[in-house]
Formats: sequence, C-alpha cells, structure tokens
Amino acid sequence: MNAESLSAYERVQKARETKRAGIYDYIEALFDDFMEFHGDRLYRDDPSIVGGIGVLDGMPVTVIGHRKGKDTGEQIKYNFGMTSPEGYRKAIRLMEQAERFNRPVLTLVDTPGAYPGIEAESNGQSNAISGCIAKMCNLKTPSICIITGEGNSGGALALAVADRVWMLENAVYSILSPEGFASILWKDASKSALAAGLMRLTADDLKNDGFIDTVIKEDDKLTEHIRKLLISEFHDLGNIRTEELLKKRYARYRKVM
Amino acid sequence: MSINDIFSKRRRGWAKLEKARKPAKKKQLRIAHKRIEQLCDDKSFKEMFTRLRTADPIKFPGYMEKIAELDQNGNATEAFVAGTAKIHRIKVAIGVSDPGFMMGSMGTVVGEKIALLAEYAAKKRLPLIIFSASGGARMQEGMFSLMQMVKTAQAVERYRAAGGLFISCLTHPTTGGVSASYATLGDIILAEPGALIGFAGPRVIEQTIGEKLPEGFQRSEFLLEHGMIDMIVEQAAMRETIYKLLKLHEGGMFCER
Repeated sequence: MNAESLSAYERVQKARETKRAGIYDYIEALFDDFMEFHGDRLYRDDPSIVGGIGVLDGMPVTVIGHRKGKDTGEQIKYNFGMTSPEGYRKAIRLMEQAERFNRPVLTLVDTPGAYPGIEAESNGQSNAISGCIAKMCNLKTPSICIITGEGNSGGALALAVADRVWMLENAVYSILSPEGFASILWKDASKSALAAGLMRLTADDLKNDGFIDTVIKEDDKLTEHIRKLLISEFHDLGNIRTEELLKKRYARYRKVM
Repeated sequence: MSINDIFSKRRRGWAKLEKARKPAKKKQLRIAHKRIEQLCDDKSFKEMFTRLRTADPIKFPGYMEKIAELDQNGNATEAFVAGTAKIHRIKVAIGVSDPGFMMGSMGTVVGEKIALLAEYAAKKRLPLIIFSASGGARMQEGMFSLMQMVKTAQAVERYRAAGGLFISCLTHPTTGGVSASYATLGDIILAEPGALIGFAGPRVIEQTIGEKLPEGFQRSEFLLEHGMIDMIVEQAAMRETIYKLLKLHEGGMFCER
C-alpha cells in the first residue's frame, strides 16, 4: 500500500510540490464549463482564492478554492496560496450566492495557511476566517470539500467545513504547518519532519481519526474518479432535506472530542 | 416619570447593588475564577462541566504527563471555566479562559465546554458571556484541536440564531484558532485595553514580512480603529458595562431576571 511507502514528512513535501495539480487543473478536468467571479464587494479581489460556477454533468456548482501558482511569477501574484480576509469574504459572498440559487458548493483546499501580514491583520483576518467557518456551518445547500494539496491551519479550515470531506492520498491536512508546529512546541522549526510524524496529518491517519470520509487514490484516473464521486455524492446530498442536512453537519463537528 | 428619572433611579440602583457586594476573597484563585468573582454577584457562580478530561486524541508524547502536572489534585478545570452566574441579579451563562492552563489553548475539553455552554444557554434562554485569553488551538491535540474551531463556532451561531445575546470579551492575549472562531462571532465584542488580539502571532508576521511591526499593532486600540471590535472596556468597568448591555437587551428573549 502506498501509505506505508512514504513517511508523513515525505507526503508533506509531495503535497507542496510546485508541479502538483492546482485548482484550474481540477476545474478544467471536472467541469464542462466554468465562469469565474471576482471580489468581496468590500475592498478588493484576493487572487489567492478562485471562485465561480462550474457545470458538473449539467448541474451548476459553486466552486471555491485556493490557488498557489505554478511558477515564481504566479506564486507571487497569488501570494503562494496564502489567503487574506478579502479572499475569505469573497468565499462567503459566493456561498451566500450559492444558497440564493440553490447550488451545491465544492471547495478545493490547498494552502500553506492564511496570510500572516500587516494588512491581513488590519483588515480582520480572524473575523474573516470565523465568518467563513460560520457560513459553511449554516450553508443551506450541500457541500463537499476536497483537500487536494496542503491544508494548514485555520486558513485551510475556513474552506473545509462541509457535508463530505475528501482527501487526496498525498495531501496533508493539519492544525499548523509542521514547521510552525515544531517552532511552537520545541522552538525549533527544523524539527518539522519529527513534527510531521507525530501530527497525524496524512490522509490515512485523518480517515482513521474520522475527519475524512474518502481518501482518493492519485492515479491516472484521478479526476475521472473525482468527477464520478462528485456527481453521485451531490445527487445523494441533494435528496436530503435542508433541515436534516444542517442537523447532520452540526453532528459531524459536534462529536469531535 | 421622565426618562432621566428612570436612568437616575437605575444608576442609584447600580450604586446600591455595588455597595452591597462583598469584596473578593483574599485566597489566591485561579485567573479565570478570580475574573468571575470580580464580574458576578457574590457566590452566584455555579461551575459546570468540570469532569471533562482530554483523551489525548493523537497520543502526543509527554502530553498526559503535562496535563497530570497541571492537574495534581485532579480538580483542575482545564483551560476554560464555565457555568452560570448572576450579574446584578441577571442570570447569565458565563465562560472564561484560563491562560494559566497551557496558555488557555483550545483543545477538545475547552471546545466541548464552550459548545456545551452555548447549548445550555440556548436551552435555558440565558445571555452568553465568554472571556477569551488564549494562544489559539492546542498543538498537542492536532486536528482534534483545529476542529474545535468549527464545534465552537457552530454552537454559538446556533445559539445566536435562536435569539440569544452573545457578548464576547477579548482579553490578553486572544489569537489563532480562538480569535478566528467563536470569539469573533459575538453580537457585541468587547476588549480590554492593550490586549494582543489577532490571527497570526506577531513573531510569525515579523518572520514572514521581514520587518518590525509598528507600535500598537494587533492591540485592542488598533482593532477598534480598524472596526473589528465594539468597544474597549477597562477591567474595573467590565461588570457595569456588561450589566448595561444586559439591561439594554432585557425584555428580549434571552435576557430576563
């Protein structure tokens, strides 16, 4: 099994590879059509978050996710996938729009974390993240989240509260980057490999711990497989009454102890 | 009776009640309990959910030893004290972080107490007051900690949706997973002067941007200026300020004597 062939830290490195598929690759492979929307209607458009409507097997789906960029120029432009408050507020806006038109929501998570910067803090990073989490908790339409690469800290969680959470086999998802974790606990960021080994951040660990519903194998048929899963799962979730959906989502997060 | 008469009568009432309050006990109390004593009517606090203990969910090396050290007599209330109390005879659900216990960090026990408190407050129709002082999510519980952000956010959101008044008080320091979840979801957000409040810690920001942070950055006054909090309240004035806020909501669904 692949799970045993790579250490947790090797997976962290794999999840961070620049050549790894990014949000546009998934959008192109999964949707027949996609229209991107911009802006938070408050201050600016955060390019580290992509949002819009994709058509999945005839069904419009609101798609929101992080964008890291694939070369230095893109990475700088998209701030390495580190989102500012405006990005989370754009996400909130698009989720509210999805509710209004009864569209399900797909989120794709791949971020080193929320941006730790002066402007981000001045514009209320905490408030934007808590608002996004709250919105995903009370979203009246079905939601699916896929952790595709790196999912670090509250910056990832803000987009990862959903009815179903899936994860690619080489993706990682954790409370903080292993470097940040090692820095906080041992004042030594270089112990990141040791930290990664203890954090239970791999897809298999997180599935065992009950945070992930499905681990998706990264083979040639990856996007084809995701597409099929999405069509079938959105169909099933669409049959659940809103009240019941919200009740189940509450229970999903309520039980974590 | 004129509106002025009503207010002066009320002020006299407050003064009388204030006089009637006995001074706080001299005994050295834990920080959270001490704050509750200062804030609430004498002997009105009834602590709840004291039996919760962490299950060491990711079996983090040394974690249980650390907990045992902090909980030598077996009755430490973890990093959050919750219960009911009265403020000038108005019954409230109140919770206070204890920064003396692992920096007030939010692990499974803290998250569970906050969720239980919000659910209790909703059921009993009590105003909800939470004082936060926390470094954020508790590293030693990994993803289980991160998920407490969702658990607490959805609990306070449900409470608010049911008509409850949530007053969130940010004290020094309130950062990370606490500032980015329930703590910034208050109907009214108060902060104590000079408190450090933000998502990313100042050290992380400095390392990321490679420059020194401006004086007063991420302090309460800075947040007030940037529109993130409602008001700054001195600790000595907190009891009366909260009482006034409760009075303003009296007659509302959740604020009755």
